[in-house]
Amino acid sequence: MSPRAACRLEALGFTDVYDYAAGKEDWLAHNLSIEGLAASAPTIGSRLRHDAPTARPSDTLAAVRARVDASPYRFALVVAGDRTLLGRLRNAALDADPGTAAHELMESGPSTLRPHLALANVESYLRAHHLTYAIITDPEGHLLGTAHREDLTGATEDRRAEGPG
Amino acid sequence: MVARIDLPQLRALLDAGAQLVEVLPAAEYSGQHLPGALNIPLEVLSPDTTAGLNRTRPIVVYCWDGL
Repeated sequence: MSPRAACRLEALGFTDVYDYAAGKEDWLAHNLSIEGLAASAPTIGSRLRHDAPTARPSDTLAAVRARVDASPYRFALVVAGDRTLLGRLRNAALDADPGTAAHELMESGPSTLRPHLALANVESYLRAHHLTYAIITDPEGHLLGTAHREDLTGATEDRRAEGPG
Repeated sequence: MVARIDLPQLRALLDAGAQLVEVLPAAEYSGQHLPGALNIPLEVLSPDTTAGLNRTRPIVVYCWDGL
């Protein structure tokens, strides 16, 4: 729709017209602020945690293990310098040779979700798949955070308790 | 020729004072729209409905996903 609108504006004599073709979906998928009547609808982007341990691909398991042990989590996320998500190291993998590089044992390309998904839908998805958390990235694969079922469950129950209006 | 832009380019244009126009129907705009966006639905784009746009500043249009 926006390409046609941009052409229409040019036909009307506007000379400096641009088309943000990726549109509102792209904006929301980057977890950016929005306005409007539904702007406060709960999404997982509003319940992200930002404290999951991360590692660079060349980090040793010994270094990663120390970060994981110091955190409340049992995994680490492997990211590039620009925060592009490359993989995940589960707890079991951290028991390998401490000198091993993270990229050698990481699970490549773990599943991710976008931050604009409805909180209740993600909570249902995690429950149905027996998952405790989801990794959230933007459309370019940059790590935004993690969403944990215990946080989402509490939020949806709070909303149920509040009731309408 | 209309330039197709990505998010970083959009941000740069907005910082430079571009006008942002959502061309989806009014109901979709009122539900959620980008901060500061105006709403001129595609089906009503005309000399009259665009009369309020500043011709000396860039205009960025968007919809849901460009389709």
